Amino acid sequence: MHNTAPADAQSPPPPQGAPRRLPPLEVDRRLIADPALKAVAARLEAGRRLGWEEGMALMTSRDLLGLGALGLAARRALHRRRAYYVINRHLNYSNVCVNRCAFCAFWREPGAEGAYTLSPREAAALAAAQPEPALSELHVVGSCHPELGLDYYLELLRALKRARPRAALKAFTPVEIDHMARREGLEVKEVLARLKQAGLAAMPGGGAEVFSPRVRARLCPRKISGRRWLEICGQAHRLGIPTNATMLYGHIETPRERVEHLLMLRRQQDATGGFNAFIPLAFHPLNTALSQAAPTGGLDDLRLIAASRLLLDNFPHIKAYWVMLGEKLAGVALNFGADDLDGTIGQENITHAAGATSARGLSETRLRQLITAAGFTPVRRDAFYHSLEDGRP
Amino acid sequence: MNPAPLEQALDAARQGRRLTPEEGLALLNEAELLTLGRLAHAARLARNPEPVVTYVVDRNINTTNACSCGCRFCAFHRPPGHPQVFHLSRGELARKIEETLALGGTQILIQGGLDPDTGLEEVCDTFRFIKSRYPIHIHGLSPPEVVFLARREGLEVGRVLDRLVAAGLDSIPGGGAEILVDRVRRAVSPGKCSSDQWLEVMAQAHARGLMTTATMMFGHLETPAERVIHLVRLRELQDASLAAGRGSFTAFIPWTFQPAHTALAHLAPATGSDYLRLLAVSRLVLDNFPHLQASWVTQGPKMAQVALLFGADDLGSTMIEENVVAAAGACYRLERKEMVRLAAEAGFTACQRDTLYRRLEAYSG
Repeated sequence: MHNTAPADAQSPPPPQGAPRRLPPLEVDRRLIADPALKAVAARLEAGRRLGWEEGMALMTSRDLLGLGALGLAARRALHRRRAYYVINRHLNYSNVCVNRCAFCAFWREPGAEGAYTLSPREAAALAAAQPEPALSELHVVGSCHPELGLDYYLELLRALKRARPRAALKAFTPVEIDHMARREGLEVKEVLARLKQAGLAAMPGGGAEVFSPRVRARLCPRKISGRRWLEICGQAHRLGIPTNATMLYGHIETPRERVEHLLMLRRQQDATGGFNAFIPLAFHPLNTALSQAAPTGGLDDLRLIAASRLLLDNFPHIKAYWVMLGEKLAGVALNFGADDLDGTIGQENITHAAGATSARGLSETRLRQLITAAGFTPVRRDAFYHSLEDGRP
Repeated sequence: MNPAPLEQALDAARQGRRLTPEEGLALLNEAELLTLGRLAHAARLARNPEPVVTYVVDRNINTTNACSCGCRFCAFHRPPGHPQVFHLSRGELARKIEETLALGGTQILIQGGLDPDTGLEEVCDTFRFIKSRYPIHIHGLSPPEVVFLARREGLEVGRVLDRLVAAGLDSIPGGGAEILVDRVRRAVSPGKCSSDQWLEVMAQAHARGLMTTATMMFGHLETPAERVIHLVRLRELQDASLAAGRGSFTAFIPWTFQPAHTALAHLAPATGSDYLRLLAVSRLVLDNFPHLQASWVTQGPKMAQVALLFGADDLGSTMIEENVVAAAGACYRLERKEMVRLAAEAGFTACQRDTLYRRLEAYSG
């Protein structure tokens, strides 16, 4: 069933030229009931960029089907009926973290029960454990570990590369990169260049949370600022390392702070152009310091998909992350603006520590079923969104 | 059955004309998901215009898991005589009802199995026991159980219903409908009553003034056309029952087959898209059903909230206890305050109702 990845799958694409923009959209106006969304539709039909006002309309409307109509028009203009997925695996090298974020159920104190750190050799053994010749991507994230030096991370990448030469290493959030740089007293640029040399091909988009300083002061005061997070992504983009971006929503943030977050990402993408996908992350409260919070509803989850597709007009992809949405809603989200379901994952740890009820991993067959049932055409991709469908029987 | 042209089906739905089976099939197979949602929500607002979502506080009580039916989709039953068979004692039954009342519950959904060791008189005794002690609505049994009791006792279905009603049965839940096409029933539940028998029990119940619900369990061996046939057969019976002016269906409750731990575990579960499409089409085809229930038990709270914009106007039960779906791997729990919040986020006021869909809380607009 699987063809082989192209030989250049491990090297990132050349820096992108002018970032893509949404063309004038064809919106099915019969689906929109909310007058505020009709005004947004008019702007999109004229091919004009959305601003604050439209962002707030998207973030506060209860017209779910109207939001869907707009998100769907945008994803169709960019991707037609295609919906992507990747054969990937998650690997969390450590949960020992000095940041102690209130929304996290994964971190442990050094030496605490359940705390662990994998040696590069152990990580490589895990990565090699189950045979999966079609594996395209290893998603590697951990923590801000107080003791590990840059040599550890370099050796981790090299060991993983030896274990999985065909898989692209998508590793380390900007938060981890900043932690490495400060611990070593090096410039971020230098750290990124050395990691790239050791095999880093792309970076995940975690640690963005919500950029608002108010939210960060309350939930993750030890974490880098939103501005710093964006700056590190920009550095990566300039070195030819594509990254993703995320927003962890559904805790204490306001609609205004959500819009602000998305517009900051859009400005960064205008400047450096290296973001591949935006992934809205639904907060899971269980086992966190915010365990009294209610989980997000399906309406809000789909709203974030649609709103981010429309505001992030220069982002190629919007991902419906099935681990957090559940596979049912993730499939539905393809009709609200998403074009990517992430991947098979293997064994997810971080969201499941916070009470996720989704499966730990999904089969390729199931991912293709979810896409087909939603009315789209499945496209297996590599870490850089190249199609691997050619030659598929 | 061949689907009608999609445009014809969409026109019919937009104009509120009654859909032919062929038009229903065209919508189910070909319409855009969001278009189905918009049409279904419009149909919901035409019938239930207030921004209210109802729910009932109740408990599912299974008097036994002994069942000779052997349905391939069931993970709850044990064959009669199996060491894991249980029969609920009167004391346990009383305790469960008292807990339900203490939590503001108004009904119990009480079901057993096709159990050769439990006769009609015993079921009637149980109902009389409940009614003599507690002010609670008995939403009880299901058509396959009624058919089984009739056969076991050598009585007509109507006579069995008469005795059950005299003993305290207030209404009948629409379980065991699965897919009302005998080809499918022979494949997934060969021991269960036929589709004609299922409909006959409901017709007889309606004739006696009982209100009932209807369900559909889909996402196993049925075709899309067979899903539509199921809806159309329910619509026909509802026409007749409404014309007779006694009992009728209150609500339709579609839910998806949960394959884990069943004899059909190899089947892929229905997706969220499959569920929303069927839900919306059922709102459009069942133009004579007052209410459509979202199934949070099989879909989870996120999807149940989305379902409120795809035709559903009711969140079903808080289900203080539920055993059958849980046995097949579904693990959702939904408290009353969570239901209220889900409805509010989607722009609706949640109102507690009784079994007959009478609101127990005022909606002030």
